[in-house]
Amino acid sequence: MHLDHTHTGPAAVSADSARPDGTRRALRIGLGGPVGSGKTATVAALCRALRDRIAIAVVTNDIYTREDAAFLLRNAVLPPERIQAVETGACPHTAIRDDISANLEAVEDLEDSVGPLDLILVESGGDNLTATFSKGLVDAQVFVIDVAGGDDIPRKGGPGVTTADLLVVNKTDLAPYVGSDLGRMARDAAAQRGDLPVVFTSLTGADGVAPVADWVRERLADWTA
Amino acid sequence: MTTRAALLVLADGRFPAGGHAHSGGAEPAVKAGRIRDARDLEEFCLGRLHTTGLTSAALAAAAAQGLDPLALDEAADARTPSPALRNAARRLGRQLMRAARATWPSPELAALAEARPRGAHQPVVLGLTARSAGLEPADAAHCVVYETVSGPATAVVRLLSLDPFEASAVLARLAPALDRVAGQAAEAARHGIDALPAASAPLLDISAEAHAAWPVRLFAS
Repeated sequence: MHLDHTHTGPAAVSADSARPDGTRRALRIGLGGPVGSGKTATVAALCRALRDRIAIAVVTNDIYTREDAAFLLRNAVLPPERIQAVETGACPHTAIRDDISANLEAVEDLEDSVGPLDLILVESGGDNLTATFSKGLVDAQVFVIDVAGGDDIPRKGGPGVTTADLLVVNKTDLAPYVGSDLGRMARDAAAQRGDLPVVFTSLTGADGVAPVADWVRERLADWTA
Repeated sequence: MTTRAALLVLADGRFPAGGHAHSGGAEPAVKAGRIRDARDLEEFCLGRLHTTGLTSAALAAAAAQGLDPLALDEAADARTPSPALRNAARRLGRQLMRAARATWPSPELAALAEARPRGAHQPVVLGLTARSAGLEPADAAHCVVYETVSGPATAVVRLLSLDPFEASAVLARLAPALDRVAGQAAEAARHGIDALPAASAPLLDISAEAHAAWPVRLFAS
């Protein structure tokens, strides 16, 4: 987190907590994880859970289409002007880690056009277990995996599983059908992550996103404190 | 004083200025079957080099030389008939501006950023970045001509699964031509804005317009 991050150098540096006019910018949370683990569904559920009290916008990083942005639009989780898609040139991890310029442009444009905002969710394109967000782009990151991707993923670790500020293990309702051992996933995740939090979700249930939404509210409370 | 290392930093494909998401027209050319292998890639790059490459390199050299960046931005618009390519050039210019101000901050870059908050044409920003880094107009032109061919080459490696060694060999074979075009561009810039080249590639303009409307694509342009 860059809560007290200030720069005396050029204004182009991205992690500044203040906008050019001196107001506090929105908290930026990244959501990454493998293809199909439920990142977009988590973003949609978070928007529904939080939008009544928090001003939210979303940046999607589709790999080769506008599917994720289109899903959010179709489900009307936010007004269309609050959703922006970034194109990633076949390289989703580059756009969130090595060259974050297009994503920074998108978050700044959203703050300019529909701000002031409290929270911007940046969803990465589905990628591999090594994909993490640059600290120049987001203040905190969530890594979303699912039980159907194999219950050995927490044990395998990798930067996403090991270092994300929150690990979400999604689709727990499928565990009995795919033979995934949730207890084992929890133990392996704890061994990889130490004190960093892990939550288990099933977005098919009522308010299934609540553990993630609660964590986001805590980050927002820290950000605005 | 030598500034060769600064040129390498600026020309590095890993310089975070947004270029990785653009194919330089290679994606529609691959789809249309005009690029199928390394030989086609070389011809495509040669065509791009002598048209938009020369024009862009001269704009960059002129900016590096200290000509008025806002007038050069208008000159770039006049040389870019395709709205999709104007849009791409301004978006890339804005992204490069962010990286430039973090790496070689200068009052001139700040003034251009303020005058064109949505982005000036990328070659103009690149020329001004080179100037801020203490580089020469010919260095700026070299950067542009290299980007002109390295962008499509990298994109074609991804799009066709082309052997990356073959793609690098194409770039190496083009190197003497890159030097010549960079030299022409720098020479043209010495004669002022009105003497800047305006070579264009109509097929790149047309295919960029079509590409911008594709519902499914890997690259932004």
